[in-house]
Amino acid sequence: MGELKVLGGSQSDGFFTTKFEALLAWARKYSLFQYPFATACCGMEFMATAAPRYDIARFGAEAPRFSPRQSDVLWVVGTISQRQGPVLKRIYEQMTEPKWVVAFGTCASCGGFYDNYTTIPGCDKIIPVDVYIPGCPPRPEAVLDALMLLMEKIQKGNREPVTVPPREVPELAKRRAARGGKVQS
Amino acid sequence: MSAKVVARLESQFGDRILAKSAFRGDEEVTIAPKDWVEVATFLRDDPACAMDHFGDLTAVDWPLREREGQPRFDLVLYVRSTEKRHRIRVKTKVRDGEQPKTLTTVWAGANWAEREIWDMFGIRFDGHKDMRRILLYEEFEGHPLRKDYPIDRAQPLVEYRDVENVTKLPPFGIEEGQPFTRIDWEERLAGHAEPVSPSIAVQTGVRRTLSDSEIAEAAAARVAQEPAADEPSENAS
Repeated sequence: MGELKVLGGSQSDGFFTTKFEALLAWARKYSLFQYPFATACCGMEFMATAAPRYDIARFGAEAPRFSPRQSDVLWVVGTISQRQGPVLKRIYEQMTEPKWVVAFGTCASCGGFYDNYTTIPGCDKIIPVDVYIPGCPPRPEAVLDALMLLMEKIQKGNREPVTVPPREVPELAKRRAARGGKVQS
Repeated sequence: MSAKVVARLESQFGDRILAKSAFRGDEEVTIAPKDWVEVATFLRDDPACAMDHFGDLTAVDWPLREREGQPRFDLVLYVRSTEKRHRIRVKTKVRDGEQPKTLTTVWAGANWAEREIWDMFGIRFDGHKDMRRILLYEEFEGHPLRKDYPIDRAQPLVEYRDVENVTKLPPFGIEEGQPFTRIDWEERLAGHAEPVSPSIAVQTGVRRTLSDSEIAEAAAARVAQEPAADEPSENAS
């Protein structure tokens, strides 16, 4: 949103200027209410991310809302079967604007290894997705990466879908490099 | 383990036991569809059998048997006795369109199993009170576990979004956290008149099954290709 400019002397009695949209986006990105649409094993990783060790509350996104009308972010966590498609679509439609969607894990992103008649090959086939998190399941770190990507998108007002880039455990990456192995960028 | 049950069935039904076999202590008998309920009732009520636990009822599709004039489906029943501690597998062969009698009158647990068979294989049960699909939706056409169900046919309930490249949005690569790739069915089924499952291709001789020694050779080659496993696990660091 740009710098907050403090004008008029000391901080206690000053005022600041900013763009209204930028302020609104700033407020939105730090108070995301989430709707966890957890259908499968990825739900466990979601719980881990929400629990104190990874502590999603640091990002102002700790409050899950089980009513779509009260939430901003729809987390599609797990495999979406064809039979569940109408439910997911309806949940999405019930959410109030502005709303964002995160595809959590490989199944929600592209169907994963469920390449058959039961499974929707990615929830983006029926609802627009903002952030994809690959992984089966993704690590909580990847989920936090996704949340930060989403916050960046909200601040910029950008609706292009993005994918969380892969990351290595730094210690393992160092050892791999020391052996002359392939280094991931 | 349940040889006594087989002996009991043979003494009771004689010739009506069409075949019997055993694999590592698991006995199996084959009967005709007309004896289906009678044998089941006997298994439940006879004090020497006392099959009080309905394990499972399922079906197997053998589409190529139809060419030889044989019934297409196997119905497979697993029951056991908690009291006598034995179990048995009972099979019968049914034709496409034939309606075997329901077992819900013998074991109430057969209800959902028979609904699943209807859903997956399209075998209806005569006398079943609630013959609806159980896993799939009413709009679904066909029965997906029949081997002639097209392997790449999906029947979406919600129309896919009208967006450019909607089918080209991510599948992810190996580097992006998906250590497996999707199967290219077009390539796999090339040369087939109709899209059928690979198992049919093997049965019809279009595709060869590998022998045990070939499988072992391929596995050895894979191991040889892999780099030495000196990378420590994440937990170790």
